[in-house]
Amino acid sequence: MTISIDSQDSNNKRLQPTGWLRYFSFSLDHKVIGIQYLVCGFLFYLIGGTLASAIRIELASPMSDFMPRDVYNQVLTLHGTIMIFLWIVPVVNGAFGNYLIPFYVGARDMAFPRLNAVAFWLIPPSGLMLVASYFVEGAAQAGWTAYPPLSITTPQSGQIIWIMSVLLLGGSSIFGGINFIATIIKLRRPGLKLMQLPMYCWAMLGTSLLVVLSTPVLAGTLILLSFDIVAHTGFFNPVLGGNVVVYQHLFWFYSHPAVYIMVLPAFGLVSEILPVHSRKPLFGYTTMVFSIMGIVVLGLVVWAHHMFTSGTPPWMRLFFTIATAFIAVPTGIKFFNWVATLWGGKISINSAMLFSCGFIINFVFGGITGVALAQVPFDIHVHDTYFVVAHFHYIVYGGTVFIIFSSIYHWFPKVTGKLMSEKLGILHFAITFIGFNLCFAPQHWLGLNGMPRRVAEYDPQFQFVNQISSVGALLMAISTIPFLVNIFLSIKNGKDSGDNPWSALTPEWLTSSPPPVENWEGEAPLVEEPYGYGKPVSTEK
Amino acid sequence: MTTLDSSKEIKKKDSELSQHHEDFRMFGLITFLIADGMTFAGFFAAYLTYKAVNPLPDGYIYELELPIPTINTILLLVSSATFHKAGKALLKNKNSDAQKWLIVTATLGIAFLICQLFEYFNLPFGLTDNLFASTFYALTGFHGLHVTLGTLMILIISWQTRSEGGRITNQNMFPLEAVELYWHFVDGIWVILFIILYLL
Repeated sequence: MTISIDSQDSNNKRLQPTGWLRYFSFSLDHKVIGIQYLVCGFLFYLIGGTLASAIRIELASPMSDFMPRDVYNQVLTLHGTIMIFLWIVPVVNGAFGNYLIPFYVGARDMAFPRLNAVAFWLIPPSGLMLVASYFVEGAAQAGWTAYPPLSITTPQSGQIIWIMSVLLLGGSSIFGGINFIATIIKLRRPGLKLMQLPMYCWAMLGTSLLVVLSTPVLAGTLILLSFDIVAHTGFFNPVLGGNVVVYQHLFWFYSHPAVYIMVLPAFGLVSEILPVHSRKPLFGYTTMVFSIMGIVVLGLVVWAHHMFTSGTPPWMRLFFTIATAFIAVPTGIKFFNWVATLWGGKISINSAMLFSCGFIINFVFGGITGVALAQVPFDIHVHDTYFVVAHFHYIVYGGTVFIIFSSIYHWFPKVTGKLMSEKLGILHFAITFIGFNLCFAPQHWLGLNGMPRRVAEYDPQFQFVNQISSVGALLMAISTIPFLVNIFLSIKNGKDSGDNPWSALTPEWLTSSPPPVENWEGEAPLVEEPYGYGKPVSTEK
Repeated sequence: MTTLDSSKEIKKKDSELSQHHEDFRMFGLITFLIADGMTFAGFFAAYLTYKAVNPLPDGYIYELELPIPTINTILLLVSSATFHKAGKALLKNKNSDAQKWLIVTATLGIAFLICQLFEYFNLPFGLTDNLFASTFYALTGFHGLHVTLGTLMILIISWQTRSEGGRITNQNMFPLEAVELYWHFVDGIWVILFIILYLL
């Protein structure tokens, strides 16, 4: 850890701190920023996971005996907000996007390295602010959706801190999105065509478009909400002539695309991992690209399917039901493409592959319940029940978080030059997969039988199924232990992986592991076929 | 690790890249302005929905006075033109002319803000009076914030355009172009706002 700063060109990233110290610096290196995002996000995941465990302990019995009801609401709010804004969105976009996109477009860094560092360094302070808001008198307890009038009538100091924190995180997200769009469109290596990019680039391009188009609307909405709280205006306060449904429209205009902001990058990542470990080209590249863009367009016009019980008129219900059902088409295409990629491939069963397959299984389940929820009669029946909770977690945990773990196993050798232990990895997968399904599958039944979500107490008839779910949650918490042990042991004395342990063809593997500061010694390679497996290629070992 | 030779090569590559740097700074700014425009779009959508769904009770409907906002529209449109003049002057390497035009633009921006405040003080309603009043102040206030920031930026770049030792020259036009684009954007938003809020 030597720090050498050249007086003439202190912005030059070659001269910034090296060693572990650089991870605590305002580094402009996209690889450092990617790891910063990942580690920071994981720390918040541990906090959010602890809160989730508290929720499941509370729900193991029908009465609110573990914590008072308002504390339960605060814990629930904090759990949702942390997991969405500080773990999934920053990690699946910021961490992997920053690490991989410059490699994939053949660049030495992102388009705006300084903006990139600013985008990351907004996260720790606003995250700490959010966590701190819990200890303020009157912590936010209106859920991650902060629906008024609940959010403007409950004690307010915590809610205001919550709003400020989410605004800052939204800003960070927008800066990141601008950077990704500019990098993918403008910074491509000469000769590299758009249709030759690895799929993750397309996923990030689509995601960033959604971020840039929808996050500002959330920002505007939260500004109006804070006016309602601080200045006692009546935008969303029915007592003062306001309209709560307007908040819901504006909020879901961001927060439905936010689901795609969380899951599209995971689609991209799984499309990178499956071909490598099954030694086959990605099936249907072009259809995959069009599916992603189709999801982006449709994702912007389906928001009101969250509001079927908010007095939406019939024509609106019809439109949003049909639009939502249409999203199943591009998503289904992607699903079949992944299965077809695996079909007949030379599949290696390792941790990355297992988590990816786990993703496919969980995701198809979450997708089916998603189509079901888009149907008005069914939605009205299960609205605000545990069915919705189960559906959401199947997409976001069973989908995205599985892919985050899969990606960590896949790219760990890239970042450190060491292999992770497969035994611990498979153990991690087994406990996570069993725990996850044990936790959330029973919640479908709970929801169908009418157990409402977001409530600390419930009818005693649901106790047994809730206890099964809590055991699952306990397993999920335990599953973090082999993962952390694996990470630390592998960093300390993992086997050397060599530069390209998976014999992969995507550009990030065509350099040393860990990569040099400039990504490549000499010129960036031109990778015209990132998925050219099964053909005689010189890089095959 | 990079050897000395290859790092030299990299430096050469970097300098080749930096020639194109101008382009994607502008690209990034445009992306940002699209995002900023979406914030306004959200506000407009909220305003129009309120207008359609939550009509004010009788006796609370105000006729907004048109003279001041019309003057304001003219002020902003003229200021866009004077900003354009500044850019033209800088292209011809006439820094002092450019600086003059920029100061004229900033003055027009300040005049806009003064008129806006004057209007605020003479309106018959306050921020919390009713839904229309709140939306009116939120929209014009958010736009006014943009004008304030723009005016400050214009003052800064007019200082940087000075003939001797200024940072902005014929060779380095990006700061001026960036603020100009932003200013046209704020101007365009005002025109939409004027139509939706005052004329509709």
